Amino acid sequence: MKIQQISLFLENTSGRLVDALSLLSEADVNIRALSLSDTSDFGILRLIVNDVEKAHRILAEKHYTVLKSDVVAVEVEDRPGALVGILRILKNAGINVEYTYAFVERSADRAILIFRFDDVEKGIEALEGEEVTMLSSDEVLSR
Amino acid sequence: MIFDEKHECMPLEQLHDLQLERLKAVVRMVYEKVPHYKRVFDEKGLRPEDIKTLDDLEKIPFTSKNDLRDNYPFGMLAVPLEGVAEIHASSGTTGNPTVVAYTKNDIKLWAHVMARTIACAGGTPNDIIQNAYGYGLFTGGLGFHYGAIELGASVVPTSSGQTKRQLKLIQDFGSTVLTCTPSYSIYMAEEALDAGIDPRKTSIRLGILGAEPWSDGMRKDIEEKWDMSACDIYGLSEIIGPGVAVECPAKDGLHLFSDHFLPEIVNPDTGERLPDGEKGELVLTTLTKEALPLLRFRIGDITSINHQRCEGCGRTMPRMSKIFGRTDDMLIIRGINVFPSQIEGVLLSIEGAEPHYMIVVDRERGLDRLELQVEVSRKLFTDEVKGLEALRQKITDEIESVLGLRVIVRLVEPQTIERSMGKAKRVIDKRRI
Repeated sequence: MKIQQISLFLENTSGRLVDALSLLSEADVNIRALSLSDTSDFGILRLIVNDVEKAHRILAEKHYTVLKSDVVAVEVEDRPGALVGILRILKNAGINVEYTYAFVERSADRAILIFRFDDVEKGIEALEGEEVTMLSSDEVLSR
Repeated sequence: MIFDEKHECMPLEQLHDLQLERLKAVVRMVYEKVPHYKRVFDEKGLRPEDIKTLDDLEKIPFTSKNDLRDNYPFGMLAVPLEGVAEIHASSGTTGNPTVVAYTKNDIKLWAHVMARTIACAGGTPNDIIQNAYGYGLFTGGLGFHYGAIELGASVVPTSSGQTKRQLKLIQDFGSTVLTCTPSYSIYMAEEALDAGIDPRKTSIRLGILGAEPWSDGMRKDIEEKWDMSACDIYGLSEIIGPGVAVECPAKDGLHLFSDHFLPEIVNPDTGERLPDGEKGELVLTTLTKEALPLLRFRIGDITSINHQRCEGCGRTMPRMSKIFGRTDDMLIIRGINVFPSQIEGVLLSIEGAEPHYMIVVDRERGLDRLELQVEVSRKLFTDEVKGLEALRQKITDEIESVLGLRVIVRLVEPQTIERSMGKAKRVIDKRRI
């Protein structure tokens, strides 16, 4: 199961992050999770939001370089060893993780991991084989 | 020291006679041997015999850099390839480089005018010349090399770069003359200080610097840093390379060797000839070259000319002022000619790239630095850092392969580069020259 993420190209200068995120807040888009990769010149902001289409449209209208990409959301127990268990499965299947970020659920003792694999389909296949819980967009937003 | 006193100090009347005789000969030769010139003359109904005085030169149409490109690679040569001894090329705007060729006699001429050049700046046969101009297709390195040997000096062909080694050789060999771009001489001095070497205490006493524009302020700075005299030199590969003009120690204009290269200053818009002292575009006619003779070649550099005999050295070779600027958008970065259109060409060859870019030129520690800002369009964007780093690397590498220059590529957000209504502003030059 894949979910959609918004990726945004930002220059690594002061004010760029707040400018972009203000647009989303004004449009009432809620951010469930985010991660920011940075280099000396630029950064890539990745967002899980409640309305992917709206977020994409608003940012694109303002000429941001933005794209929707597929990632996988995995639910694990919030305890030592849970993440390692998932990573071992991926390692054994020869899947490379391009990046990952995590956040905890509001209502339970579980965490959600967002993964980007070099091969998304193969990644999903490997996780399905081990009965790992993958979440849909709605599930990610509601937990 | 005056290397060729007979010619360099020739009374003006005699000089004019010599120029006219040589001009008539070169006009006859190109009409016979270069199809381009035959066509241009015939189209105007002009015959070689119509050139009877030096003023008749004005009747001849200009030659442009495009004429050289259109006749790539060897169409402009006046000799068959068997007669060519050396071929150089400069980077091209639209794919084709500009080719310049030399016969064995041309190389002798080049060595001769370069020996004049080094001597005019203050070099002598006793000097050890450390030649830090680039060797290769760029004419700077070999031009100085031939000239130093012709003069009877010793040449150390270090070529450019490897600054630590340059400094070691200056100390170990006791080099007395440094030849390189002005900006590299500053960089070298600063590297020396960092390494605990005082450049003022080295044996270097003279710098013959050129291949890029520099100001008198920069000269003062360089002379101070090295405790040496710094002279400006001018040349371009299409004409011969370095060896066209150079300052004498009076530093009141660059003596242009007009017995071989006949100068005119023209209004860049109308092409009309301008009198002494007025600023305009430099146009040169080669009088004695064999392989690539050029009539009224438009260079694009803005300068003025003074035909009065030099009080300082007694030479009658006219003096051109330091270059004031360009008639086009050409940039000179670390001695390499760069047209924004070349960079645009490279960008457009990369899939998904749009021609939204900005060139920012600056000088850091005396060394030119070209930053190319490229907008990341949606087509170029990948959501992984490694994808964007690969894109940056690709642009850097492609530009290096076309220009021979390493630039700094910076990826910027779309629409950050100003869209202008008319001619797009592509270049910000922050250098204080």
